[in-house]
Amino acid sequence: MQARIHSVETCGTLDGPGLRYIIFMQGCLLRCQFCHNPDTWKMSDGRLVELDELITDIESYMPFYKASNGGVTVSGGEPLLQIKSLIYLFKALKKKGIHTAIDTSGGCFPSSPAFIEQLDELMTVTDLVLLDLKQIKTDKHKNLTGMTNTHILEFATYLARKKVPVWIRHVLVPGISDIDEDLHELGQFIETLDNVEKIDVLPYHKLGVYKWEALGYEYPLEGVEPPEEDRVQNAQEILTSYIK
Amino acid sequence: MNYEAWYGFKGGQWESEVNVRDFIIKNFKSYTGDEQFLSEPTQDTTDLWEDVMALSKKEREQGGVLDMDTSIVSTITSHGPGYIDKDKERIVGFQTDQPLKRSLQPFGGIRMAVQACKSYGYEVDADVEHTFTHYRKTHNQGVFDAYTPEMKRARKAGIITGLPDAYGRGRIIGDYRRVALYGIDRLIQAKQDDLALIGASGVMSDEVIRDREETMEQIRALQELKEMAAAHGFDISHPATNAHEAFQWLYFAYLAAIKEQNGAAMSLGRVSTFLDIYIERDLYNGHLTEEAAQELVDHFIMKLRLVKFARTPDYNDLFSGDPTWVTESIGGIALDGTPLVTKSSFRFLHTLKNLGPAPEPNLTVLWSEKLPERFKRYCAKMSIETSAIQYENDDLMRDIYGDDYGIACCVSAMAIGKQMQFFGARANLAKALLYAINGGKDEKTYVQVAPPYAPITADVLDYEEVMAKYDVILDWLAGLYVNTLNIIHFMHDKYSYERIEMALHDRDVLRTMACGVAGLSVVADSLSAIKYANVKVVRNEEGIATDFEIEGDFPTYGNNDDRVDSIAADLVTRFMNKIKQHQTYRNAVPTQSILTITSNVVYGKKTGNTPDGRRAGEPFAPGANPMHGRDEKGALASLLSVAKLPYKDALDGISNTFSIVPKALGRDGDTRKDNLAAMLDGYMSKKGHHLNINVFDRETLLDAMEHPEQYPQLTIRVSGYAVNFIKLTREQQIDVINRTFHESR
Repeated sequence: MQARIHSVETCGTLDGPGLRYIIFMQGCLLRCQFCHNPDTWKMSDGRLVELDELITDIESYMPFYKASNGGVTVSGGEPLLQIKSLIYLFKALKKKGIHTAIDTSGGCFPSSPAFIEQLDELMTVTDLVLLDLKQIKTDKHKNLTGMTNTHILEFATYLARKKVPVWIRHVLVPGISDIDEDLHELGQFIETLDNVEKIDVLPYHKLGVYKWEALGYEYPLEGVEPPEEDRVQNAQEILTSYIK
Repeated sequence: MNYEAWYGFKGGQWESEVNVRDFIIKNFKSYTGDEQFLSEPTQDTTDLWEDVMALSKKEREQGGVLDMDTSIVSTITSHGPGYIDKDKERIVGFQTDQPLKRSLQPFGGIRMAVQACKSYGYEVDADVEHTFTHYRKTHNQGVFDAYTPEMKRARKAGIITGLPDAYGRGRIIGDYRRVALYGIDRLIQAKQDDLALIGASGVMSDEVIRDREETMEQIRALQELKEMAAAHGFDISHPATNAHEAFQWLYFAYLAAIKEQNGAAMSLGRVSTFLDIYIERDLYNGHLTEEAAQELVDHFIMKLRLVKFARTPDYNDLFSGDPTWVTESIGGIALDGTPLVTKSSFRFLHTLKNLGPAPEPNLTVLWSEKLPERFKRYCAKMSIETSAIQYENDDLMRDIYGDDYGIACCVSAMAIGKQMQFFGARANLAKALLYAINGGKDEKTYVQVAPPYAPITADVLDYEEVMAKYDVILDWLAGLYVNTLNIIHFMHDKYSYERIEMALHDRDVLRTMACGVAGLSVVADSLSAIKYANVKVVRNEEGIATDFEIEGDFPTYGNNDDRVDSIAADLVTRFMNKIKQHQTYRNAVPTQSILTITSNVVYGKKTGNTPDGRRAGEPFAPGANPMHGRDEKGALASLLSVAKLPYKDALDGISNTFSIVPKALGRDGDTRKDNLAAMLDGYMSKKGHHLNINVFDRETLLDAMEHPEQYPQLTIRVSGYAVNFIKLTREQQIDVINRTFHESR
């Protein structure tokens, strides 16, 4: 079994608990304006890897996962686009007792029974989902990411139904996703979910801008600065207040 | 035998023989709690430290040296006492009669002593210079008398370099604790008992004669130590009776060593848990408060921070930033599994807070998975705040050295008082690879340094051919290298013997011949390029390979990729096996280190273009580190590559320097602590030997380059030691900044 990946980072500490092996998958359907990995968008880029080889590599870091209660996070790109590979990978990892997490926007979630069946299977071997909720207002969401958030919210509800532990992540872009009113509305949605363990407000940063330039894309957030610390604090407090 | 001084201590073998380890094991009190008990600095501590900072500032403003002694040859008793502020100093004594005044030590080499003074605008007294030029031969002279032309060529070309032939070898740790526990008289008695046995069989061989002479010198040194203490108003003929005396006695012993020797590394050993026993007894008896205990530690550490030597410009190029390697080993686990962590392990690390960060003493935590969790987290916290601590794998070393070893210099473990080493700097493996290609000719000077082996004439390098020729060059190099070291150490013993340090050793000492290599990652990547890509040779008119063109990709060391990591590991074993084949001076056991200190910059300067794509003159990676920027899979992959190097074939240590930005350790302080501690646990359980940890942003360093005055205490770990960043040469500052900083993505 193979997967198309962009790269790996062996020492992730921000995407799930402990020290984590992060696999950046190749390919995404969203085109988020603040994306710091636009080089993972195109489905045809990246490289194919044999999952068995990847698993052997992952295993060599076992003592680090053990000492930190860490594990593996599949990020991207959009991991769920390669769901079959994910199932294969996570099954193998769970057999070895390794904590598994998916960092996803849920953007490709279709309600087709065939996909749901696969998703059900994947969730049996997934310990944590890091779910990006970028904007609660549908029109603003479309503007920000190129797609509406209907599927994404459905996905969130699905995860709640399945009782899969979730960390909600919200990228805070000044003027775009840091409006108090929207944050409260997002909070009210989060309130309907009883599987949310944590909220991570991620301040927008410009570290990926050079990649847009290198790829020849026009950067849509030109002139937007990272949020002030107090705005980050504010968003964190608003959203956290809705956790059950 | 039951001294009053030992009242309250649990007895044992240590009473009837000199055996500090037994005393510690019987009496230490393991501590598994957290850092809440620690005290703030006292007013006296703060006052003194301000004075020290003012002196340091003045020293910096004067170009790096505050004052130098140019006429009094430094011996244990050469100078009367000096003070910063006598009433406030709980621990007293300086190398000369003033703080930061550098002593004159010509026994290693009068030329160097003169040069060192000259480079700072001082002139050595003419009589002293005359005496040590005409009447009293020095170590340096002895060595150059015996060197062969081939050795001189190899040294000049820089294939063997950094040798302790023009500076003191150091890396010998006296068991300074003995003076506190037993007092001088008892130690002299033990040496006299030894003397009565040496040669008693009637055979006066070279060895026996030397042994008798050395033992007599040791006894003399102990007597001088007693005199030196007396001049400060202390009678150390008897054992220390309380914590204050224990600190002071121990410090006097160490002070005697640094008055007598300006070795490159003058390490302290493993004293914190020993001293803790005295502190605990005084606390229990109500003779000491926590605040006063911390004050003793702070003042002791302050003295260690003030250790300085007069060094030559050549020396400073190799070992930048005025290091002294007053290495103190903290923590570790006893053979029975009990952590040797005491409250004083915390107190010693706490000086980084009370006095602020500093490169010296070189605080070294002997890490084990079995250390108390709260201590691990405290260490991680202090690393994150100060970048001043290095970590070494106790689980790896304990099996070999027992539970009373210490680290000399950066990564060299040795059983305290039972083992010493002949420090051997390092051979340049990257240059050796170029010699293999060029038939033993130097790629920069075109001089035939090695014997004229057949060069490689093919346009594209073939892995098998290169390895066959490299192996031959390494054979030659190992032989020449060991022989060179034999000369150096013969002469060091003869002309600059470490009397007081050896007086604080057992009579039967295990000696190691500590060889070393530089350029490991350059060679590993070069061989990988030759094996997995296409490497074309560019030659000049003389037929010397001066450059290489690489076509195709190849795996690089630092990415947990066995294809190249196995090449690196093989190099370590291969060179060790070659070293082992040679006869060593005093039958020393050969070992090797993968450590460059800051000499990676100098070695790089002396080495031409290499087949891995590194340009001529560019620095090597320090120690066993992957080359800058070639570790692309993140911090843990980089750690695992280094952890694969076999410690059994590099028993003198494998140094890895690791820099990470705070954010890459996690979002908040607690997470960062946990993750850093877990990183250490993981690395050590993968059998990694040593890790220097730096936690800061590159921007901090850039700013410190621009505004040094605002960063007087900014400390960073380089290969095996720490330095004040602002004391590095600009070149070395840039090298540090260019190295891989692990960041979050």
